[in-house]
Amino acid sequence: MSVQVTDVDVPEAGDVGGIGDALRDYSRRVRGGEVGSLPAVLGLIALVALFSILQGDTFFTALNFANLLNQGTAIIVLAMGLVFVLLLGEIDLSAGFAAGTSAAVLGVTLTKQGWVWPLALLAALATGLVIGFLIGLLVARLGIPSFVVTLAAFLGLQGVMLLIIGEGGTIPIQSDILLAVMNKNMPVWGGWLLWAIVVFGYAAISLRAILSRRRIGLAGSATSVWIAKVVSLAVLFGGVVYLLNIQRQIVRPGRQTCDVVGDINQPVGCIPIIQGVPWAVLVILVLLIIGTFILGRTSYGRHIYAVGGNAEAARRAGISVSMIKISCFMICSFMAAIAGVLIASRDNSVSPTTGGAQTLLFAVGAAVIGGTSLFGGRGRVIDAVIGGLVVAVIANGLPLVTQQSGIQYVVTGLVLLVAASVDAISRKRTSAA
Amino acid sequence: MSDQTPILQLRGVNKSFGPVQVLKNVDLKVYSGKVTALVGDNGAGKSTLIKGIAGIYPFDSGEYLFEGKPVHISEPRQANALGIEVVYQDLALCDNLDVVHNMFLGREQSKGLILDEITMERRAKETLAGLSVRTLKSVRQQVSSLSGGQRQTVAIARAVLWNSKVVILDEPTAALGVAQTEQVLNLVRRLADNGLAVIIISHNMNEVLRVSDNVACLYLGNLAAQVPAEHLTHSQIVELITTGRSGDMGLHPDVLNGAAL
Repeated sequence: MSVQVTDVDVPEAGDVGGIGDALRDYSRRVRGGEVGSLPAVLGLIALVALFSILQGDTFFTALNFANLLNQGTAIIVLAMGLVFVLLLGEIDLSAGFAAGTSAAVLGVTLTKQGWVWPLALLAALATGLVIGFLIGLLVARLGIPSFVVTLAAFLGLQGVMLLIIGEGGTIPIQSDILLAVMNKNMPVWGGWLLWAIVVFGYAAISLRAILSRRRIGLAGSATSVWIAKVVSLAVLFGGVVYLLNIQRQIVRPGRQTCDVVGDINQPVGCIPIIQGVPWAVLVILVLLIIGTFILGRTSYGRHIYAVGGNAEAARRAGISVSMIKISCFMICSFMAAIAGVLIASRDNSVSPTTGGAQTLLFAVGAAVIGGTSLFGGRGRVIDAVIGGLVVAVIANGLPLVTQQSGIQYVVTGLVLLVAASVDAISRKRTSAA
Repeated sequence: MSDQTPILQLRGVNKSFGPVQVLKNVDLKVYSGKVTALVGDNGAGKSTLIKGIAGIYPFDSGEYLFEGKPVHISEPRQANALGIEVVYQDLALCDNLDVVHNMFLGREQSKGLILDEITMERRAKETLAGLSVRTLKSVRQQVSSLSGGQRQTVAIARAVLWNSKVVILDEPTAALGVAQTEQVLNLVRRLADNGLAVIIISHNMNEVLRVSDNVACLYLGNLAAQVPAEHLTHSQIVELITTGRSGDMGLHPDVLNGAAL
């Protein structure tokens, strides 16, 4: 065969380029339409800068940073679940009320039935799985568009929730452990321990992958790129831990601080020390790692991308498309159930509005803003975290700037619209390439 | 050619969809190391024939011999297990996955729970190198960034990855430009030179004459003739396709009359 002019040799194995090459490669992919989380990261930086300039003394404080995470947690977890469904090119509009219904089950079993908290928690999570299974069954087996099925579930679950809770009732959550998740913080050393585990764990796993590729003679990323990634993670996550470990309560002159919260021997009227990484951050990290592992490292995850990219190709390759669909809806509602428990923990109670209002739209917005495509096939679990932070910053920062809720709605709507446009444009670009 | 046992042989296969008989008593012989072109007008039954071979629509009656032994194929998995792979016209690739992922789609290699990316990438590279494919920049490129010819190459490489013995290509060059068609035809030739049996469906007579060793022509569900390519001219193939006969080749006039009715 004559060698064609267009032929390009497969790159040699080993160390391919340094940081420069990696950046050039990245910018080429971005221009080709694979923007990923880039717009969300830039947006996050811009928003934080904007609010810090406008309302620095209230926005950029340790207390508000912790608040912001607290507000964003449930949305991030919901969005993580939605990523699985969005990857298939489907939607789950009922996730907000799946969260609410699961929380209602938690409240009733825990407070009214007097179950121990692990059992009540299991019941709530199982509720999520059942909801997801039913939705998935209707979408995958009967072929009803997910938009319609989950819209029906959105209305239906709202009713189920009312029936479980009872009209107009609010059920308090009485479990110190469940309440601690959203209301208590890790000790200062715990935050740094978490930092060390995450940073060194990431460094070790990624280094091992690079080395085993080189041993076999395949191209792996350069050592300099690896170092840059590890250092950025260490600095970024270290900054977060540092900020959260600052004492958040403002102590006015003449007031004492309590050394140990809840100690009876504390001076009267002392101000409790609030510092440390909220336990909720640990929940998000664990879910992020599990979700990323499933999507990126298992054949099940690979099949989810395949079904989202080309369902017919996946079917012909022997992948059970309906099994994938049903399981993704189950994962989504399961994550919604976790989000429901988190909301109940934050509010100390369950009410008919739990998981309602804009919860779902914020979560869908978070996933899409983070870079998960509405058209399926493209997205990662970390998108939900990045996008969720953007949503949380807007929801937290905007009320500090303007009291008009009208403006807040309009801005949030516009941000979602911009994210969806970026998604649509990048999709056009990649398909044109 | 005739002294060799065909790796795949069909004897008198029939297939009907309701009242319509699509395949009538079709005989076909496919040899290792040879390219067999399957030609025929639209509706002649080419697609039904390959779908029957692949197990998507099992034949109603007739014999299906693989390596000389009768087999019964009623679903695609059985055909795959024998080493029969089909590359469909739409290629069935996932745009959002890279080349390696596509080649191993549905048959991923794992170590325990974790995907064995290294083994998959190495095997993908070996397969591509075995086919002398030099047009891919990286096997970690997303398929969405590939040209039509490169996609076809990936789809064909996927088909031969599994120690396949028979590869069926459904109009592999229909959507390609001149240079890319050239690349794919070279690849088809190399598959046969590597010892595989190749069946190629094509509407392009020059292509058929250039790349194939023998030509099987379907006419209204009948196999008009299966002839070595060197005995055929362009116009004879066209005649076989359009009338079912050419000189002393092709269907007996009685069959033709029957077919026309």
